Amino acid sequence: MNAKTADKVATVVICLFAGIIVLVLLGLLGFILFRGLSHISWDFLTSAPETIKAGGGIGPQLFNSLFLLVLTMLITIPLGLGAGIYMSQYAKPGKVTNSIRLVVEVLSSFPSIVVGLFGLLVFVNIMGIGFSLFSGALALTVFNLPLMVRITEQAMAGVPREQKEASLALGLSRWKTITSVMLPIAMPAIITGTILAAGRVFGEAAALLFTAGMSSPRLDFTDWNPLSPFSPLNPFRPAETLAVHIWKINSEGLAPDAGEIAAGASAVLVLTVLLFNFGARWFGRFMHRKFTATR
Amino acid sequence: MATTGMKVKDLSVFYGEKEAVKKVSLSFSPKQVTALIGPSGCGKSTFLRSLNRMNDTIGGVKTTGEIWIDDVNVNDPSVDVVELRQQIGMVWQRPNPFHKSIYENIAFGPRYHGIKNKKKLDEIVEDSLRRAALWNETKDRLHNSALALSGGQQQRLCIARSIAVKPKVILMDEPASALDPVSTSKIEELIAELKKEYCIVIVTHNMQQAARVSDRTAFFYMGKLIETDDTDKMFTNPSEKETDDYISGRFG
Ligand SMILES: Nc1ncnc2c1ncn2[C@@H]1O[C@H](COP(=O)(O)OP(=O)(O)OP(=O)(O)O)[C@@H](O)[C@H]1O
Ligand SMILES: [Mg+2]
Repeated sequence: MNAKTADKVATVVICLFAGIIVLVLLGLLGFILFRGLSHISWDFLTSAPETIKAGGGIGPQLFNSLFLLVLTMLITIPLGLGAGIYMSQYAKPGKVTNSIRLVVEVLSSFPSIVVGLFGLLVFVNIMGIGFSLFSGALALTVFNLPLMVRITEQAMAGVPREQKEASLALGLSRWKTITSVMLPIAMPAIITGTILAAGRVFGEAAALLFTAGMSSPRLDFTDWNPLSPFSPLNPFRPAETLAVHIWKINSEGLAPDAGEIAAGASAVLVLTVLLFNFGARWFGRFMHRKFTATR
Repeated sequence: MATTGMKVKDLSVFYGEKEAVKKVSLSFSPKQVTALIGPSGCGKSTFLRSLNRMNDTIGGVKTTGEIWIDDVNVNDPSVDVVELRQQIGMVWQRPNPFHKSIYENIAFGPRYHGIKNKKKLDEIVEDSLRRAALWNETKDRLHNSALALSGGQQQRLCIARSIAVKPKVILMDEPASALDPVSTSKIEELIAELKKEYCIVIVTHNMQQAARVSDRTAFFYMGKLIETDDTDKMFTNPSEKETDDYISGRFG
């Protein structure tokens, strides 16, 4: 076979595989949306679930997912930004830095169920936080943090050297150079990466089963005091998220419309994650244009 | 303000084991332009970047010898590099304006160094842009992105940016080599103008440019300073054979 035919064959094979992947993806998406969309209504999105009756909603679960996302990001973003900036700007290349990087890589590829069990052991039991949003957020941080560190590190490394030098040459401190010159340039990449990471948090179930728990107390949506046990804002209450809820009704749901609820909830989940992805792309492009284009 | 030059004594710079600059001693007088010439890889940029300790920012560089500006030894470990660098401006081969507005590019440095008054900053911006012969082209769009300027304009902006923090010395590493002929001659005119106030050190590969803009010329070869003299003399009657060969284009 000469180079030209090999090239043609390879192209055809690659296109074929790409086509199959796209088809499977579209099929899956279409299936989920087709089954679930008809079930989505304002009522479904806001009302509480029913255990044995039909007509329950996913309001608390949706809220829990969003709240957990915010909590996780509140922990992950400062830590990840800090560590990423440190790794890219301050750490001297060498054994220590390299081993930190290795640990980070390994951490981010951990199976989420293992992280969940780890969370159960450490956060829930040893640290005594119990099944709670906070434990869940910590568990999610375990594999979101490495991602965040890497995103930041890469974004900072992508800033042209001359930008950094120009600032230092003007007599600006290293810290001021990082915050005022480098971070703005790295920001679009960091934000895009962060939103993608957030999408992952939103869809995560396995790591939450044993940390955030599989049930929510009866939430009182009129009580916004974060310290009271029935307040939705209390981070130390157990909380079932949307992804966990889907898993639960699918495996042990008693309500007669469990199937439809699972389908509707799946569609909501998928749509939200898609929203995150497109949002990330759009925002990244927007920021990029804002920094480079003329006004 | 700018009665300060620099004096370099026995400066060596090592990248790991490799000695890129070898025991160079050289003085730069105020209100003069000194051109550094020499074949590619002979250590001109390395030498230039050691003058404001910019080499510190890459790992594994070791510098020995003395560099005096006023009565401060740049290489003294106790020197505050941040403060030092404010006194030594730098311009790169490729224009590198900040990803900010034209106004911010200039005001950024002075503001950091303590000038908060809006009116004062406006003055500095206008003054710096005027000196860089960029005011007329930019006065109506000061708050537009600097990245929308042409390459030549960007380079003049970078020069304006560096003089806005009132340095004593300006280092330029092939400031015109990425520019078209018209922009190049604008930069050269600008250098002639700035020379009245500053001590300027410029690296260039363009012999005509060195002859046009500089008062003194220093010829580097393989990390060593081969000779330095008044530019007129260097280009008509150099004392070293290598210099003659290089200037007349027989190598490099
Ligand atoms: N960061 C670095 N690490 C290791 N070696 C380097 C580094 N930068 C430059 N060198 C080496 O040091 C020597 C001098 O390089 P330098 O950039 O100072 O030369 P130059 O005279 O400016 O060349 P040019 O005219 O091409 O810009 C070269 O041999 C180069 O390979
Ligand atoms: Mg060079």
